[in-house]
Amino acid sequence: MTKFSIFSLARNALSHHERWPEQWRSPAPKPAYDVVIIGAGGHGLATAYYLAALHGITDVAVLEKGWLGGGNTGRNTTVIRSNYLWDESAALYEHSLKLWEGLAQELNYNLMFSQRGVLNLIHNVHDLQEATRRVNANRLNAVDAELLSTDEVKAFCPILNTAPTTRYPIMGGTLQRRGGNARHDAVAWGFARAADARGVDIIQNCEVTGIDVDGGRVTGVQTTQGAIAARKVGIVVAGHSSVLAAMAGFRLPIESHPLQALVSEPLKPVLHCVIMSNGVHVYVSQSDKGELVIGAGLDPPNSYGQRGGLHTIEDQMGALVELIPIFSRVRMMRSWAGIVDVCPDASPVIGKTPVDGLYINGGWGTGGFKATPGSGWVLAHTIATGEPHPLNAPFALDRFTSGTLIDEHAAAAVAH
Amino acid sequence: MLWIDCPWCGPRPETEYRYGGEAHIARPDPAATDDAGWADYLFMRTNTKGVHAERWMHRDGCRRWFNVLRHTVSNEVLAVYPMGTPRPETPRLPGDGAEGA
Repeated sequence: MTKFSIFSLARNALSHHERWPEQWRSPAPKPAYDVVIIGAGGHGLATAYYLAALHGITDVAVLEKGWLGGGNTGRNTTVIRSNYLWDESAALYEHSLKLWEGLAQELNYNLMFSQRGVLNLIHNVHDLQEATRRVNANRLNAVDAELLSTDEVKAFCPILNTAPTTRYPIMGGTLQRRGGNARHDAVAWGFARAADARGVDIIQNCEVTGIDVDGGRVTGVQTTQGAIAARKVGIVVAGHSSVLAAMAGFRLPIESHPLQALVSEPLKPVLHCVIMSNGVHVYVSQSDKGELVIGAGLDPPNSYGQRGGLHTIEDQMGALVELIPIFSRVRMMRSWAGIVDVCPDASPVIGKTPVDGLYINGGWGTGGFKATPGSGWVLAHTIATGEPHPLNAPFALDRFTSGTLIDEHAAAAVAH
Repeated sequence: MLWIDCPWCGPRPETEYRYGGEAHIARPDPAATDDAGWADYLFMRTNTKGVHAERWMHRDGCRRWFNVLRHTVSNEVLAVYPMGTPRPETPRLPGDGAEGA
């Protein structure tokens, strides 16, 4: 692996940047692996990286039906935060945020990780009560959180319309200063390069068409590039978890929905933080390229179609213009949808399945990007040891039988 | 936006309806069902990639529930039929994923 540095940049400048090596290999699949990870998005690649880097398991293949990072990793709005209400979620997302804070150095890859602050707005008395409780819960869990007054919100983010005459006046906000954004593509590329350097095979254009189970134990997968045997298999396929589970003969508490986002034309710096609002339901940040990145809620009907209705976009744009009136004249460049797998309690499923040796990491709903390193870290531990880490044990599939749900639907600082 | 043919009000846009999720999930007898069976009823879904039987309610119109067969990739509405009637036969379409799963 070529180490990226100011020196390698200068050296390659001399050859007009035409001699950079490929960042990862594109090998043909071997007939068998210790571990097969299905899905080369951020979570799958992070799982493979931590299996190799922390657990010494390098006989790993990551299978991807399309191209690396081309699913939800390339479609999300890149928000990173850990200000979740419940203890289990706070522990998992805060572990992930701590990994983010050292990740660019660890992977030797510029993830453009920017802790610019995530501001959740308060519009009514109920919001204020919920936000106060959440800030207190966050602090008890050692997650940084501040409760801001309207004036403090205005001082932190001056372009917000805090006039009391608006339809949904801003009564304050909660701020997680360590939250922010990262470049989503770079996260996939950085993990892919680091995993590949440790011997992991990343195999693109290789769709899994079946999961082989013998006597209740997984033995491998069928793919468009032939059968691949494996001692252990991880399903990390945001948007298609139920389809893969059906191949192995079980069902999940998941429904898949389109989640739309859109970007504006590039602007000069105008918004330095991430703004989220439950009350009017929109979230927005500005990318380093200058585009406003805007997201909101999902389209209600089940879908695998990677597109949604225009009315959903109209709702979120109405909310945005209400919050920041100067954006009314910004032109939007493009919109898209990703398919998100939503659990009934808006928390993911990470751990064992009814099939021995088959593990799953999915159901992240609308907010999986922030968890990318932490999710891979705990799944790698689960696959390597055969048992969940204490961080992901509460997120087991059997919580839907035992009833110990982690209900973040209304608690996760954003409406789902 | 979907365009759904309400059996009573005729074709109306998606924004007039409320989506009710997967259809034909029978409530088991709680006294005769163990925790796994109850979890299966309450939480587990087929989440079909392909032709999906689902419930809709015409919220801004007649406020009545009915069933729809819709393809979850193309969004094509293939059938509209009353609550309590069995799922109609539909031709299997090309591109169906985990059909029947």
